[in-house]
Amino acid sequence: MTGKEYRTITDVKGPLVFLNKTEPVAFGEIVTIRLADGSLKNGQVLDTSDDLVIVQVFEGTAKIDRTAGVTFMGDVFKLPVSKDLVGRILDGAGRPRDGGPDIVAEENADIIGAAINPFSRQSPHDFIQTGISAIDCCTTLVRGQKLPIFSASGLPHNDIALQIARQAKLKGSDEQFIVVFCAMGITAEEYNFFRSDLERTGALENAALFVNLADDPAVERIITPRLALTAAEYLAFEHDYHVLVIYTDMTNYCDALRQIGAAREEVPGRRGYPGYMYTDLAMLYERAGIVKGKKGSITQFPILTMPGDDITHPIPDLSGYITEGQIVISRELHQQGIYPPINVLPSLSRLMGSCIGADTTREDHKSVSDQMYAAYAQGRELRGLVAIVGEDALNERDKQLLDFSGVFEDRFLRQSRDEDRSIDETLDLCWELMSSIDTKYLVRLDQKWIEKYHPDNKA
Amino acid sequence: MSKEGVIYRISGPVVTATGMSAGMYDVVRVGNEGLMGEVIELHGEKAVIQVYEDTSGIRPGEPVINTGETLSVSLGPGLLTQIYDGIQRPLPTLEEVMGVFITRGVDADAFDLEKKWTFEAVVEKGAAVEGGQVIGHVQETETIVHKIMVPPTMSGVVKTIKSGDFNVTETVCTLEDGSEIQMMQKWPVRTPRPYRQKYAPDTPLITGMRILDFLFPLAKGGAAGIPGPFGSGKTVTQQSLAKYSDAQIVVYIGCGERGNEMTEVLDEFPHLIDPNTGKPLMNRTVMIANTSNMPVAAREASVYTGITIAEYFRDMGYDVALMADSTSRWAEAMREISSRLEEMPGEEGYPAYLSSRIAEFYERAGRVETKNGDDGSVTVIGAVSPPGGDISEPVSQGTLRIVKVFWGLDAGLARQRHFPAINWLNSYSLYPQSLNQWFRDNIAQDFPEIRTQISGLLQIEAELQEIVQLVGSDALPVDQQLTLEVARMIREFFLQQNGFHDVDAYCDINLQYSMSKAILSFQEAAKNAMAAGAQLNDVVNVPARTALMRGRFEKGYIDTIDDMVKSMVDEIAGTVEDN
Ligand SMILES: Nc1ncnc2c1ncn2[C@@H]1O[C@H](COP(=O)(O)OP(=O)(O)OP(=O)(O)O)[C@@H](O)[C@H]1O
Ligand SMILES: [Mg+2]
Repeated sequence: MTGKEYRTITDVKGPLVFLNKTEPVAFGEIVTIRLADGSLKNGQVLDTSDDLVIVQVFEGTAKIDRTAGVTFMGDVFKLPVSKDLVGRILDGAGRPRDGGPDIVAEENADIIGAAINPFSRQSPHDFIQTGISAIDCCTTLVRGQKLPIFSASGLPHNDIALQIARQAKLKGSDEQFIVVFCAMGITAEEYNFFRSDLERTGALENAALFVNLADDPAVERIITPRLALTAAEYLAFEHDYHVLVIYTDMTNYCDALRQIGAAREEVPGRRGYPGYMYTDLAMLYERAGIVKGKKGSITQFPILTMPGDDITHPIPDLSGYITEGQIVISRELHQQGIYPPINVLPSLSRLMGSCIGADTTREDHKSVSDQMYAAYAQGRELRGLVAIVGEDALNERDKQLLDFSGVFEDRFLRQSRDEDRSIDETLDLCWELMSSIDTKYLVRLDQKWIEKYHPDNKA
Repeated sequence: MSKEGVIYRISGPVVTATGMSAGMYDVVRVGNEGLMGEVIELHGEKAVIQVYEDTSGIRPGEPVINTGETLSVSLGPGLLTQIYDGIQRPLPTLEEVMGVFITRGVDADAFDLEKKWTFEAVVEKGAAVEGGQVIGHVQETETIVHKIMVPPTMSGVVKTIKSGDFNVTETVCTLEDGSEIQMMQKWPVRTPRPYRQKYAPDTPLITGMRILDFLFPLAKGGAAGIPGPFGSGKTVTQQSLAKYSDAQIVVYIGCGERGNEMTEVLDEFPHLIDPNTGKPLMNRTVMIANTSNMPVAAREASVYTGITIAEYFRDMGYDVALMADSTSRWAEAMREISSRLEEMPGEEGYPAYLSSRIAEFYERAGRVETKNGDDGSVTVIGAVSPPGGDISEPVSQGTLRIVKVFWGLDAGLARQRHFPAINWLNSYSLYPQSLNQWFRDNIAQDFPEIRTQISGLLQIEAELQEIVQLVGSDALPVDQQLTLEVARMIREFFLQQNGFHDVDAYCDINLQYSMSKAILSFQEAAKNAMAAGAQLNDVVNVPARTALMRGRFEKGYIDTIDDMVKSMVDEIAGTVEDN
């Protein structure tokens, strides 16, 4: 059915082109549009009937007029996949961006991706050591998890993502992750930062990059993460790789979705985002995991910047409803000069329970993590009280907790960008810091762990 | 017009066909691949269809065939322990046919049609039977007897009936009018199954979760809503209910949620023991998993598939509990389809009929006299996921208008790691009046009064906390400081319950009562000791109290708690002499 070129465009609106009098066109079919000057644009069918076809144009509709020629390519969007994707840099539509040759397909994979049968999944349970204490101790990452970073503009989420990409490993194993990096609408500067860091550490050879920058077509961002995940699935489930997918910035992706919704005059959901955004995001995030009978895995690390630092904004909100926890970056900690400025209190790893303990991290991990969290939470709360009643009004216990919250930030959270702490180092550090609090106030610690790990008893 | 038409338009999961005679809710086969769909609107010549599988690549002009059936579920032995998608295709079968990814165009029988079950007739030739009457038994799992019933629309006099081994499509019974009865029957999912009459609920669904059973009990046959922001504990609560509640049958619907959560249930349930029967939990469970990335139309159907299966087991005289996690995703599926239909939107883009659909769904809960004359019930517990945790939105509001129990999850409590993060100040149950008699007769005469005391203390605490925020707790008189300590004990010892702890996750209702009394004993003993000059600090810190509070993590607590309370009371009395 390819080949026939139609010049029957009736309307152009936002990123959409409307045309009629076509032969039957498939839903989701790929389209090319040839302009008067010979240049080409690509798109995809969003709605199709005998009378009208609606095409979403990835590169934007600038310069499209009613004389533009529209060709339907006979198939839905597919990505040529092969092992050669590793080490390559592609643009947001899957074309080489590194000057290299086209990917020779071992397979052409549908980028929408089929849902993993829930019965065929395997529960994630392998602990990933990121070397970052706040994450390893309090919001432990598990292989096959989807754990987003909730950040905001101007905060060092990229540094954290890169540090994780560099340091992530299974405890006691050198097995490396393949990184699939997906940029959506980030600035060239941010991109160069990622790229040069990956290059510097040699990780680029073990990475596949899909890059749509801020000045690239906005609508293309709808497909960029799908390409990245299709590549990830291929590498994980056909070639047994453990893949870490980092995508940034989900906020730009969602804005592209909103743009299309508006052009279609859909009834918007909250703050103008489409009502189906939950489902749409789930179609991305749920492509993480481990499946029976396959050796590889997909771990996702989406980064999103919360508009107005607001965690109830639809983008973080809907993401949080789908992902398996979240790591929240705090502006306040950042302004105090603490890196990584992770606020552990609203952060959560829902799969943590399945991967910590004697067999994987250490027997005292849960107890330590609960106690660190509780003591810090109480200490932080006391800061508010102290501001009103003054420090002198505090009793002994409260004073210790207040002081602890400072130490927690200064010594537990704070670490340098290349500091790779083992889980044992992290947990030992926790004990050292907690020993500034009288043991009788450490009610969440099991007595047997106090006897075994408390510095007073170790000496 | 004929049975076969052609596709006119495709817009995501919504397909329009022309030239086909169709009725509402007819099941159709769409396109060359024969994707399953359901007619949801008729416009003159055109039939609008929601398609239960991905529609990419389908073109106008492809055929649409009307099967003439309405969307139905298959009911019979083989349902238990199974996991289905939203349109009752068994996921293990899909895996066999398609591999680990769900592709499309595959049909699958709801259960093994070849498997032989031992049917034991319970009526005899010549018996007059009515729709819904039980005519035979099948031991479906170790714990559950599957009762074979005359389909609701049939009745007559038994001509033949035979016990023996049959598969579900073989005829086990014939009636004088020539109708044949097999062990499998079908029922349209959007139509409630009939019963003789509804009763007012009078028995609690005991869940083993202290805050629920004690403060906000749910009746068997009642309906509850659990709204809460992400990460507040809806799924953990629903799963705990599926594990520990004293229903005889559990239908668990994962509606538009995570794949891994269903895997977890599948991994865990076969190894977990039902505290009520001592047998693996899986024996009483039917699961429906239509995760967030599976087709939205099938998500819309999944709650109906689930509730119809629940009603079917109710009709056998069982107490059935159904959990739907999350009803918001179901509502969003309706919104998505409605917007494709270009219907006039109501609030927040939801269709105007949203609240009536929610009400109709929860109305299918209830305690009934079955057509067989037995007592059966369906209890429905729906999770709600309000955007930003703000329950002023349409799905929460539509739910709260109809359910009688509201278990409100609170982001603040979850952040403090107070689990279950159910807010005791704004949650409610409208059932206590009708359940009090049961609690008096079965647990303790003064059960309702104890409940009132405990919730009263929590109310007082909330008021005192406002003062403490301003002046600090040391500024309060000692008796109020004691009240705060008692309330803290209620929160930390009684309301908090670790859903993942081997022992603490399930608390026997009698033990719940003993624990509540233990708190009141503490209050009493402390008051007396302090009146005689003891210091609050000493009273609170007696070792026996700590031991009592830790005891709940140990097995056999129900046998030791009374002695522990005695020791605590003695030690508290002892603090008087110290001064
Ligand atoms: N009763 C409980 N005991 C212990 N931990 C709990 C309990 N309830 C919730 N949690 C903790 O909170 C986390 C989130 O709970 P859950 O997955 O049930 O949230 P949710 O409300 O279903 O969120 P979402 O809407 O995103 O699905 C759990 O992973 C667990 O760490
Ligand atoms: Mg949940």
